[in-house]
Amino acid sequence: MRRRWWSRAAANAAGVLVALFAVFPVFWMVSTSLKPNREIFSATPQPVPHHPTLQHYRDVLGGDLLPGVGFGSFFRNSAIVAVATVLAGSLVALLAATAVARYRFRFRTAFLVMLLVVQMVPLEALVIPLFLMIRRLGLYDTLASLILVYLAFSLPFAVWMLRGFVAAVPRDLEEAAEMDGASRWQTFWRVLLPLVAPGLVATSIFSFITAWNELIFALTFLSDEGKYTLPVAMTFFFGRDDTAWGAVMAASTLLTLPVMVFFLVVQRRMVSGLVSGAVKG
Amino acid sequence: MIIGGLLLWPLAQVAWMSLHDLGLRQLRGDQPWPWAGADNYLEILGDPFFRTVLRNTVLFAAANVLLTMVLGTLVGLLLNRLGRRMATVVASAVLLAWATPAITGAIVWKWLFDDTSGLVTWLFNALPDGLSRALFGHADWTGYGWFNSPLTFFTILTLVVVWHSFPFVAVSVLAGLKSVPAELLEAARVDGAGPWRTFWQITFPLLRPVFGILVVLSTIWDFKVFTQQFVLAGGTQDRSTYMLAIYSYAVAFSPPPKYGLGSAIAVILTLILLAVTAVYVRMVLRQEEGA
Repeated sequence: MRRRWWSRAAANAAGVLVALFAVFPVFWMVSTSLKPNREIFSATPQPVPHHPTLQHYRDVLGGDLLPGVGFGSFFRNSAIVAVATVLAGSLVALLAATAVARYRFRFRTAFLVMLLVVQMVPLEALVIPLFLMIRRLGLYDTLASLILVYLAFSLPFAVWMLRGFVAAVPRDLEEAAEMDGASRWQTFWRVLLPLVAPGLVATSIFSFITAWNELIFALTFLSDEGKYTLPVAMTFFFGRDDTAWGAVMAASTLLTLPVMVFFLVVQRRMVSGLVSGAVKG
Repeated sequence: MIIGGLLLWPLAQVAWMSLHDLGLRQLRGDQPWPWAGADNYLEILGDPFFRTVLRNTVLFAAANVLLTMVLGTLVGLLLNRLGRRMATVVASAVLLAWATPAITGAIVWKWLFDDTSGLVTWLFNALPDGLSRALFGHADWTGYGWFNSPLTFFTILTLVVVWHSFPFVAVSVLAGLKSVPAELLEAARVDGAGPWRTFWQITFPLLRPVFGILVVLSTIWDFKVFTQQFVLAGGTQDRSTYMLAIYSYAVAFSPPPKYGLGSAIAVILTLILLAVTAVYVRMVLRQEEGA
């Protein structure tokens, strides 16, 4: 009995350590963003702000993040790109997933294998050809170029995951609907869609996060500061020599917040999607 | 169609481009692309700097995969052992690290390692001077160039990447552990097997597919680290810390742009990762059949 108590205490202690390691940088980001400069640059750092202030948030939201362009502009660009990616992505992914899960067609297996392989292609390796392609299409320095590319990146995963959801809907249900005289479109809209809605939410959030966080393509495809997305603006904003850490942390917190919220909603699905089939149960 | 158009076509194109000598001029007009044949590859493979970059990349990926897997697995096992409430707390904390965007994660770590007011610099300064001198040869860490030498740079980068990626492994391993029948573990315990033996003889063989996929995914992710490196190094100026992804990007996009040469590097990176992917696809397909 004694030994059990000990090992239990050790496990709890380890748990606390892991939690601290995981949370600390995030905590430090938020904490720094709420400190007055005096405390940020003091000789003895304090874990919690003594005189919490929203000054840095006011600076970030009120002033210019980069010369002539405010935080709101970058935030809006990021939001436009992410939301457009999600909307277009959900529609296409749902149709494709239904096709793959419900109908047998030639190259179906090839398509599935391609979905897997494509996910693993390093996007970083495609920057150069996509850059030239975007230029040729006349989309250079537009948000549309990013939407197009993010769509392509998030689709394979979305289709792969939705496929599972669609396949889980019993066929009988659809057949019953058809017997009752529903058209194919009605069946899809009234029967299938409500049942795969949770999956759709999960994949949407995944696409949103992909688009929201992406840096390398946004860095390459955009040249006008007014078009920058938030991550691009951040690299320039804090790349200056006299880094205003308080403001940088405030901006980072604002960038992180939407992702955090969405992520906590989606994480379950993401794990089971990525490790799908790995565990028989 | 979109997937094909936007991913497979560029893939073919990057290979095609890697065989040409492309610069700014080709980008502007409809000028023909000067054929370079295998010249780009010969130039790269013959360049000792490329070999350094390749070595950096492979070593970095290997170290990161190993650390991520070990830490992630340990945390997964720990989560499985903890009481319900504690497990929820730790899991939420771990998820928070996972949810942090790569870019903000890197920025925060850069702040922690800031050479004047960073917390880590302060911690090292707080070490007793004698100890610090004995261990590192100096006691004053203010102004220390954390990001200037490749060794400290890669150590910090490893810290950032592992911090960001171990949660995924932990959560996946935990999901796998939940599927291991409790009777099996109980039986092992009754037979007197310690935790070490139980893990290697029962848990690990049962979860082999999970571990396989996790290793492959981690390898792929760690091979192409870009954002964190870009942020920590403050751009692409510091050649001594290049890895393949950032090297390809820098060759292609910093003036004078050499799109052909950059493409060749990208192709090499892709080939390495496709080899790893082939393993992944085979695993997944085998499980689909088995399920």
